[in-house]
Amino acid sequence: MKFLEDFFNKTRPHFQKGGKFERWYPAFEALETFAFTPPLTTRDGVHVRDAVDLKRTMFTVIIAMIPTLLFGMWNVGYQHYKAYGMEMSHWDYFVFGFWKVIPIVAVSYAAGLAVEFLFSVLRGHSVSEGYLVSGLLIPLTMPVTVPLWMVALGAVFCTLIGKEIFGGTGMNFMNPALLARAFLFFAFPAYMSGEIWTDLSPEAGRTLVDGYSGATNLVTFDENFRNLPSPADMFWGFEQGSIGETSVAACLIGALILVGTGVGSWRIMLSCVLGALFTGYLFNLLAPADMPNHAMHTPAYYHLLMGSFAFGTVYMATDPVSAAHTEKGKWFYGFFIGVLTVTLRVFNPAYPEAVMLSILLMNVFAPVIDHLVVEQHIKSRLKKSKLSRA
Amino acid sequence: MNKTIHIRRGYDIRLIGEAEKVVEQAPFSDLFAVKPPDFPAITPKLLVQPGDEVLAGQALFYDKDRPNLRFPSPVSGEVTEIVRGEKRRILEVRILPDREVRYATFPKADPAGLDRAAILELLLDSGCWQYLRQRPFSIIADPVDVPKAIFVSGFDSAPLAPDWGFALAEERENLQVGLRALRVLAQDNLHVGIRDRGEGLTEADLGDAVPPTHIHRFRGPHPAGNVGIQIHHIDPIQPGEKVWTINIQDVVIIGRLFREGRFRADRVLAFTGACVSRPRYLRVWTGQHMSDIVNGQLNSDHCRIIQGNVLTGKTSSQNDFVSFYTNQITVIPEGDKPEFLGWLLPGFHKLSLSRTYFSWLWPKRKYNLDTNTHGEQRAFVMTGEYERVLPMNILPTYLLKAILARDIERMEQLGIYELAEEDVALCEFVCTSKIPVQRILAEGLEYIRKEG
Repeated sequence: MKFLEDFFNKTRPHFQKGGKFERWYPAFEALETFAFTPPLTTRDGVHVRDAVDLKRTMFTVIIAMIPTLLFGMWNVGYQHYKAYGMEMSHWDYFVFGFWKVIPIVAVSYAAGLAVEFLFSVLRGHSVSEGYLVSGLLIPLTMPVTVPLWMVALGAVFCTLIGKEIFGGTGMNFMNPALLARAFLFFAFPAYMSGEIWTDLSPEAGRTLVDGYSGATNLVTFDENFRNLPSPADMFWGFEQGSIGETSVAACLIGALILVGTGVGSWRIMLSCVLGALFTGYLFNLLAPADMPNHAMHTPAYYHLLMGSFAFGTVYMATDPVSAAHTEKGKWFYGFFIGVLTVTLRVFNPAYPEAVMLSILLMNVFAPVIDHLVVEQHIKSRLKKSKLSRA
Repeated sequence: MNKTIHIRRGYDIRLIGEAEKVVEQAPFSDLFAVKPPDFPAITPKLLVQPGDEVLAGQALFYDKDRPNLRFPSPVSGEVTEIVRGEKRRILEVRILPDREVRYATFPKADPAGLDRAAILELLLDSGCWQYLRQRPFSIIADPVDVPKAIFVSGFDSAPLAPDWGFALAEERENLQVGLRALRVLAQDNLHVGIRDRGEGLTEADLGDAVPPTHIHRFRGPHPAGNVGIQIHHIDPIQPGEKVWTINIQDVVIIGRLFREGRFRADRVLAFTGACVSRPRYLRVWTGQHMSDIVNGQLNSDHCRIIQGNVLTGKTSSQNDFVSFYTNQITVIPEGDKPEFLGWLLPGFHKLSLSRTYFSWLWPKRKYNLDTNTHGEQRAFVMTGEYERVLPMNILPTYLLKAILARDIERMEQLGIYELAEEDVALCEFVCTSKIPVQRILAEGLEYIRKEG
C-alpha cells in the first residue's frame, strides 16, 4: 500500500493551511483516515490507548446488521415470487432481492455522506463515522418499493435535521435514521404504508395469485390477531415488511454480535423485551373475556415477533447517543420503549409502526430519565456523607 | 482484621517488559537537577545561586505562598546553573555533585517519643514535607492543617508497577519508623491498604507500626492500588474534609531521616517496558541524570521514555533528571506509523476492552503497546465505558460534563474532591472517543482551587 501512502503524502500539502484546497481538509482527512489509521501519538495523559475507536465501533455495528441485510435481500425475492405463485431456488430469490436493495443502499450512502462531507467542510469539523451506520439503517427500514428519490431525501433529512444542526454525531438527541423514517412515514404515507411491501414488478405471463394481500402482520394484527402468521414464520421472517425488519432470527444474530463485542447495550435490549412482555401479560390479564378476538388477548411473546420490534430493539434503541446515558437510566428507557410499543399497538391502530414512535418518544425522554438518575445519585451521595458525619 | 474489600471494576493492562526481581545500582551521575515543575501548585523562590555550595538536605528553593515548604537538594555539590523557561519560570536547578555526598545533619529521634509539633518541624526543616499530598486536589499538604487521616497504599497495581514487597525488602525498619512518624502526624488515623494476596507489602512488613484495625486488604484489578480508590472504600472524603496521602517509598525516606538524621533520597525504581533490554529494579538517586540510567539499556532508538507508568507517567528523555516522586521508568515504542485499514482488520494483537478486535480470544496474552492513539478525538458517543473501570460511586461522564461547563456546584455534588488524575487514567485509556479525561479533570480541580 506504499503507493496509496505516497499519494496521500503528496497531496496533503494542498489541503493543509495555506494550500490550494485548504477548506477541503476535513474531506481529505476523512478519506485518509479511512485508508490509514492516523500516525497520531498520545501527548499528555495516558501513553497507551485502547485499540477501539469510533470507526471500529461503527464498523462492528455494520457487521451486526449484515444478517438482516442478507436475509432482507432473500426475502424481497421470496415475497416477489410468492406473490406470483412461482417456486424458484433460494439463489434466485437472493439475486432478485440483491438487485432491488443495492440501489437503495447506494443512494442512501451517497446522499447522506455528501451532506456529511459538505457540512464538515463548511463547519470545519472532521467527518464523523456516525453515518456509516445510519446509511445502512435507513434502507433496512424502508419498503423495497420505495422510490430512490425518497431514500435520498430521507438520507439528507437524517444527516441535516437528525444530526448536523445539533453539531454532528454525539450531539443529536434523537436517533437520526429513525427520525428520517418517521419523516418519510408522515410526509409520504402513500409510499410508506398500504400495499407496498412486496416488489410487484411484472413477471412475463404471470398474474398475482388469488387472495394475494400486501399487508404486513401488523395490519393483520389490527384486524384480528388470530389471523397472524405462525410464530415460527414471524420468527424466521418469511413475511412482508421493511427490508431488514422481518426476521427476528437475523436480529438475534446481530444482537449477539453487539452484546458480545460490548458495542450495544444488553441492558437496553433486555429491558425493552421485559417491558413488552410485562405489558403484554398485563393486557392478557385485563382483557375483556367476552371479546375473544380483542387485541389485548394477544400472547405477550407475539409482540416480540411482530413488526419491527426486534429490529428496533437491537439496532435503534441501543444507539448510545440518543438512548439514556446512565446505566440505571438504560433500564427505564428500554422498559418504557417496550411498554409504549405494546400499548400503542393494542390501543392505537392508526399507527401500527409503534416501535418507531416509541423509540423516538423515549429518545426525547432519555435526558429526563438521566436527569432523575443523576439527581438521585447526588442525593444518595449526600445522604451517605451525612450518615458518616453523624 | 478488616474484611477484604473487593474491587470489581477496573482492568489490568498486561504489558511485556516486567522488571526481573533483582536490584542493581545505577551509575552515579556527574550532573544532578531538581525540577520545580515536578511539585504541584507551587511558585518557587530560589535560596541559592550559581556558585553556591550545598549539602544534601539543604533547601534549594521554597514556595512563595507557603515559605515553610522548602525543597531540598538530594546531593551535595555546587549549584552550576538555573535553567529557566518562558517568563523566566524556573525549570531546573542544576548541581555538580561531590564524589562523596555530604549531608546536612538533623536530630535523630524515635518518632514514637516525639509530639506532633516536633515531627512537623523536622519534616519541614529537612524538606521531606513535600512528599505529603493533600486530597482533594492532590497538591502538597498544608502544614497548618490537621488532616482527617493519612492514607498509604502498600501496593501499586498500575501496568508493570514495582512490587513494593520486593523493592523495599531491605528497608523494612526505615519503613516502620516512617509509618510511626505519620501515625503521630495523623493523630493515630493512619490507614494502609495492602493486597490480600500477591505482590506488595505484607502485614509482616508493616510490623506493629500500624494497628491491625487500620490495615485494609484489597482484592481486584487496577486501580485497586490507587490510594484514591482505597480512600473511597475505607472512609470517603466529604465536602470540607482534607486527608493526606503519601507514596510508600517516600515513607521510607522519612524513616531514614529519623533513623540516620539525614535526607538520603536514593530510591529503588522499576525499570520496565518493551524497549528495555533487561527490565529490572534499579537503585537510583533522586535528581540524577536520566542518561546514566537509559543509555545503552534500550533495544530500540524510536521509543518513548516515561517517568512513571504508561497511564499516569510523564514523558521524559535521556536529557531529563529523575523526579522526586518517580518510582518507575517505562520505555515503550513510539506509534507514529500509519496502518493501512487498521480499523478494518481482525486485530489479533490489538488490545481492547471492547471485544471489537479478536484479541479477546487470548485473555492471558501480554501486549507490546505503542503510543499510537488508534483513532482521532470525537464527541462523547459511547456510554457506560468509564463506569466499567472506575470502582467508585461516581458518574464520570456527568462529572466531566460539569467540568467542561465550569459548574462548580455540580462538580462538588458529583464527587470531584474524591478524584485525582491517576484515578481516571483507565477511563481515558478505554475511551472510544479518545477524550483527554485526565486533563479535563485536572482543569476542573485547578478551576475549583482558584475560583472556589
